Amino acid sequence: MWREQIRPALMIFIVLTVITGVIYPLVVTGVSQVFFHKQANGSLVYSSEGIVIGSTLIGQNFDDPKYFWGRLSATTPVYNAAASSGSNLGPSNPALVDAVKVRIAALKAVDAGNQAPVPVDLVTASASGLDPHLSLAGVYYQLARIARVRNMSEVIIRQVIDQNTSGRFLGLVGEPVVNVLKVNLALDRLKI
Amino acid sequence: MNWNNGIQILIYLVVLVLAVKPLGIFMAYIYEGRPAGLNVWFGPFERWIYRVCGVKVEAGMTWKEYAVALMIFNVLGIVVVYAIQRLQVFLPLNPMGMAAVTPDSSFNTAVSFASNTNWQGYGGESTMSYLTQMLALTVQNFVSAATGMAVLVALIRGFVQKQTKTLGNFWVDLVRSTLYILIPLSLVLAVALVTQGTPQTFNSSATATLVQPMKDSAGKPVTEQVIALGPVASQLAIKQLGTNGGGFFNANSAHPYENPTPLSNFLEMLSILLIPAALCYTFGFMVRDRRQGWALLAAMLVIFIPCLLWSVQIEQQANPLLARLGVDQSATQFQPGGNMEGKEARFGIASSSIWSVATASASNGSVNSMHDSFMPLGGMLPMWLIELGEVIFGGVGSGLYGLIAFVIVAVFIAGLMIGRTPEYLGKKIEAYEMKMASLVALIPHVFILLPTALAVLIPAGKTGILNPGAHGFSEILYAFTSAAGNNGSAFAGLSANTPFYNIALGLGMFFCRFWLIIPMLAIAGSLSSKKIVPVSAGTLPTHTPLFVFFLAMVVLIVGALTFFPALALGPIVEHLMLNGA
Repeated sequence: MWREQIRPALMIFIVLTVITGVIYPLVVTGVSQVFFHKQANGSLVYSSEGIVIGSTLIGQNFDDPKYFWGRLSATTPVYNAAASSGSNLGPSNPALVDAVKVRIAALKAVDAGNQAPVPVDLVTASASGLDPHLSLAGVYYQLARIARVRNMSEVIIRQVIDQNTSGRFLGLVGEPVVNVLKVNLALDRLKI
Repeated sequence: MNWNNGIQILIYLVVLVLAVKPLGIFMAYIYEGRPAGLNVWFGPFERWIYRVCGVKVEAGMTWKEYAVALMIFNVLGIVVVYAIQRLQVFLPLNPMGMAAVTPDSSFNTAVSFASNTNWQGYGGESTMSYLTQMLALTVQNFVSAATGMAVLVALIRGFVQKQTKTLGNFWVDLVRSTLYILIPLSLVLAVALVTQGTPQTFNSSATATLVQPMKDSAGKPVTEQVIALGPVASQLAIKQLGTNGGGFFNANSAHPYENPTPLSNFLEMLSILLIPAALCYTFGFMVRDRRQGWALLAAMLVIFIPCLLWSVQIEQQANPLLARLGVDQSATQFQPGGNMEGKEARFGIASSSIWSVATASASNGSVNSMHDSFMPLGGMLPMWLIELGEVIFGGVGSGLYGLIAFVIVAVFIAGLMIGRTPEYLGKKIEAYEMKMASLVALIPHVFILLPTALAVLIPAGKTGILNPGAHGFSEILYAFTSAAGNNGSAFAGLSANTPFYNIALGLGMFFCRFWLIIPMLAIAGSLSSKKIVPVSAGTLPTHTPLFVFFLAMVVLIVGALTFFPALALGPIVEHLMLNGA
């Protein structure tokens, strides 16, 4: 009973491997590279000299007071885009509480006068460790600090934030977020 | 619950249900061999495949022949995936020079992908070459899904045919599922994802100069960021559509490349349930009573919808330990608030919670947030949904044939209650079917509870735990639940890439896949050889709200009662301690 199935099994396996493992990915690659070249190659960002300085979809670590800070990252080292990972800390784990405490202290250290409660996504680690975004609340919390350190008006910074905010899909699905890397690059371009 | 969370759930459900009928009819046409566009245009190619491969299309297979063909094909798949991982260092398309994968991890991954589980003990972007991702993993994503669909179609034929020995041809069902259903849908989804920012390239990783240089934990300066790339979109599309779930990257669909925008998230989330939901309609169409298909879908939704609402509700709550530190966890127009640890900002609470329930229901196992960091009850929900037997949608094909096993149990119980011979769709349900259905319902329970008990007793099991206390127990329970349900999601804090876990989980995945398929095919063979009993006044109608509710209760009671004690030791006690502390 099993012998007559060996040849079909081997042959079907080979044919389906070629179709789904070679032809299918090559077709998708061809279409993507021709029509969506930028996205298909990782949405990379180039400096004015033409060197790669990041990807709009991959977060970078910022802890200089003149930059907006993003989500915490649980990768080693932080924002390691070759080994994505979340913290996987459970909600009752004391290590989670400690990580949040350290982050709050770091934020207060560069912005002692800020008495507002810290928005949750600014003190928690993202699922990928590479989250390029932050909620509007997380960005507005840092607004006064950025304005002071950069000696810029809050009105102008708000404009930069608005330009780098993406809303919900159709106004309904997902969450409105600010791209931290893009907003920081835009600020650098405005004034060094 | 704020209004936007409710709207996001509503949109998801409406779009899903609207897609059920058109896709359901299309799949029925494909399996019945009726002209449906694609199978006309590619018909000559399909027949060429059979000719080259020596498949006798007209020769039907008995249930045993069907099972033998299926097992040979799947074992062959396991061997090939194992070999490619072990040899990837010598094979082409390895631009990052990935080393050979260890034997135990290779075994685990080979079984994992062949059994449609796609549990990942390894980190994708740091372990697998592009060739392995494509030729080993992507291929299994397709054919393991197609295997599940083939078994379902064989079972449907068991109900439709009368006094027939054969169930159709496994090779034909396998090729048609792949060629006409999985590949076209994947092509569309893959390109749609690329438009959103998912990479699809054979170039090696990119290296970026950091905008702000930093220091690593050892104090050494870091000025560059290596950004892993690859043919991501093509694998991503089938991993969502085929209820596979094995991501290109370690962080799965939480990774911004795998899931760049709210739109990509919506499409991926829809793809999780698309085929399992539509197969209900295919079932109704093929048994020539569409109400039966809608009834099964309704029974799934009766359990699914409350879970969606509850999950969003739980995750939207503030973690009391963080509230004490003065962290703002309220939902406002500027932030989603809630439990954001292990979640991505662009998805917030609603899109993360909906996904967790969908992926657990559907035996998909991809994640867009880290279940380990969910609130205790929010993490319990996906675990419990898997423990119900992966029949609320479930894997492509496997979910519906699993639910039909529960239907058999339900009509049997109902038959006992009203004192009549149980029957379903005109086929008498007798002791043989009942025994096989019981195996299908109960085998996963054994493979969840016994290995969990073993793992918490021995050092090899306990050393992998990340989170202390009750949560650590939940990590182990979730791992074996995920393997037995062929789900693949994880409480990923558990370090499971060790010989003990790789082998224990690998065996669980293997037996809970194929030891369920074989009894299901036995049921199909037995039903196929029976007469069809005409409907009479004494027939129990199986399309009524009463039966839908009854079926849902049978699923709930079998699953909930078995696992309540184990869940009480893990997430429930953690919930009480977190809120009482």
